[in-house]
Amino acid sequence: MEIIRIKNLTKRFPMGKGEFTALRDINLEFGTGEFAGLIGPSGSGKTTLLNIVGSLDVPSEGEVFVLGKSIGNLSSREAAQLRKKNMGFIFQSYNLLQVHTVFENVEFPLLLLKYNATERKKMVMDALEWVGLTDKEKSKPPQLSGGECQRVAIARAMVKRPSLVLADEPTANLDAKNSHHILQTMEKLNRELKTTFLFATHDDKVINYLHRKIYLLDGRVDNEEIVEHSQIIQS
Amino acid sequence: MIRFLIKGLFRDKSRSRLPIIVVAIGVMLTVFLHAYITGFMGDTIEMNARFSNGHVKVMTRAYAENMDQNPNDLALLDVQNLKIELQQLFPDMRWAERIQFGGLVDVPDEEGNTRAQGPAIGLGLDLLSPDTKEIQRLNLEGSLVRGNLPARPGEVLASDIFSQRLGIKPGDPITLIGSTMEGGLSIHNFIVAGTLSFGVEVMDRGTVIADIEDVRLALDMYDAAGEVIGFFPDGFYDDHLAKKVSGVFNSIYDAEAGEFMPVMKSLSEQGTMGTYVQLAKVWSWYITLVFVIAMSLVLWNAGLLGGLRRYGEIGVRLAMGEEKGHVYRSMIWESVFVGLVGSLLGTTLGLTIAAYIQVHGIDISGMMEGASLMMPSEIRTRITPMDYYIGFFPGLLSTVTGTMLAGIGIYKRQTARLFKELEA
Ligand SMILES: Nc1ncnc2c1ncn2[C@@H]1O[C@H](COP(=O)(O)OP(=O)(O)OP(=O)(O)O)[C@@H](O)[C@H]1O
Ligand SMILES: [Mg+2]
Repeated sequence: MEIIRIKNLTKRFPMGKGEFTALRDINLEFGTGEFAGLIGPSGSGKTTLLNIVGSLDVPSEGEVFVLGKSIGNLSSREAAQLRKKNMGFIFQSYNLLQVHTVFENVEFPLLLLKYNATERKKMVMDALEWVGLTDKEKSKPPQLSGGECQRVAIARAMVKRPSLVLADEPTANLDAKNSHHILQTMEKLNRELKTTFLFATHDDKVINYLHRKIYLLDGRVDNEEIVEHSQIIQS
Repeated sequence: MIRFLIKGLFRDKSRSRLPIIVVAIGVMLTVFLHAYITGFMGDTIEMNARFSNGHVKVMTRAYAENMDQNPNDLALLDVQNLKIELQQLFPDMRWAERIQFGGLVDVPDEEGNTRAQGPAIGLGLDLLSPDTKEIQRLNLEGSLVRGNLPARPGEVLASDIFSQRLGIKPGDPITLIGSTMEGGLSIHNFIVAGTLSFGVEVMDRGTVIADIEDVRLALDMYDAAGEVIGFFPDGFYDDHLAKKVSGVFNSIYDAEAGEFMPVMKSLSEQGTMGTYVQLAKVWSWYITLVFVIAMSLVLWNAGLLGGLRRYGEIGVRLAMGEEKGHVYRSMIWESVFVGLVGSLLGTTLGLTIAAYIQVHGIDISGMMEGASLMMPSEIRTRITPMDYYIGFFPGLLSTVTGTMLAGIGIYKRQTARLFKELEA
């Protein structure tokens, strides 16, 4: 099933008196369960594209459909609804709430979705189990390592079982060992829960895990590469 | 959700404890300063009240019209009964008879010829009754420079500067020349018991203070007094109350009955005092306003900074799909809580300190030594009803306004920048 459809997308930003074109005529489609990444040098437009798919920004031209909804036509309230129900975000710098426990950080998206306490408890513990942090539920972010923080962020993004997870440079602050650890975790979740992952990265470690690599250069799709993991995707 | 937000608020000390302390300090300063200004302005009024105006003053209607000339030929008669009546009408107030008069002080030499002479303002008040409040009211003991307070009839106090000019010292005889109530010449001899320095120019220039019975004798004013002045029991002038008291009294003593009927005037209705009372009010308003605005700016800024500091947290919440309005409202409620708790705390603290200083005062006479101005030698605050709420303007309003303004950033800000901002 198709989850993201990008048609002739162009994005311009006002710059000085003129405009700066960050994305030009992008055409892409993503199906459910993909493990794909936008790859490219700094300034190539990766984050810009992720923002639009994440309904945090709107196209200048063309159309972007996420789960059948046209991003350009959503009100800010509808965009919030879409993110709340269907999307998880993972950031480079984790962005956990520092005074809340691991449990509470992961619980937060469920509070927005108004799950009851019993449901929340079960779902949070499941999510913590996915990332291997059940023993840290009462810790607070300042007591955790960077790798553990990013695993909490993954649990937070995954706890509501969204259709789509957007991860912008998730390994940029991690060492090799932790990078591999969280990538394996995400690959496993992608496999088991059929969650679509879309990365933005220029980190080789991440690139090696991707099943589909989309190379951006100066706001255009420069090249695309599908890695044969068909047996994994199919199973 | 609400529990989640409350948890965050209480655990994050820079979101709850710190701003509450900042607000409490600001509010405390505002409340204290207001009480202090009220006290300071009030002191000048009280000084005038004690020396001459009272909080209210009863005179005959005719006397009241020429009050500044002390026309004792128009004095109140049958004063003992009048006082009893006043005490019955207003049992909480304290009443004192006074006679103010002008005269000439003559200092005789051994042969009885004039050695020195000078015009004096005479003040007759109750010095000798065992339960008199006047000595304390005018702080006579504290103002004594040489000699003692009068202990028996016939003894007087003279201002020290005046007695030095006339070359008299305690124990010396003086003759007071004035006019009797009927307009005849009055010549009466006194012994100077002590000399006084009030630190108040008008009083130190040439005042003679005598027991009121002596003055009555000298001026033929049996059971008469120029004025009966009244004081509120807590020792503070309250213009509203004073006007109410005089209203009650004046409605009983009908104006129709003639110009010798008693009339009561509040301090603000006497001569220039009204202007001063008004001025004091305006000034304390003005100073307080400036301070409240300054404090407001500080707390507003604190509210703004608090909001900006949480950009990251708010960004994540928005990214996770929380609606802007919800984030905004939760921030406002937090600031209402912080402002309210801080203001309550600050007001309580400010009032406590002000109440302590209102009762005990801070003696600054050490700093005032040699000062020639009429300045109170004690700092005293004065708590008025306004002190109970004035702190909430900077405390609650500014904190919330600051947060509201900071929160507008949530709306203005492009969600598009979230990823960028959250990268930092
Ligand atoms: N809000 C904006 N206003 C103006 N220009 C922008 C804005 N956001 C992005 N750009 C510009 O668009 C271009 C693409 O930016 P983008 O952040 O998408 O790059 P990126 O591929 O994510 O780079 P990096 O690897 O450094 O994160 C850059 O030149 C950037 O300066
Ligand atoms: Mg980027």
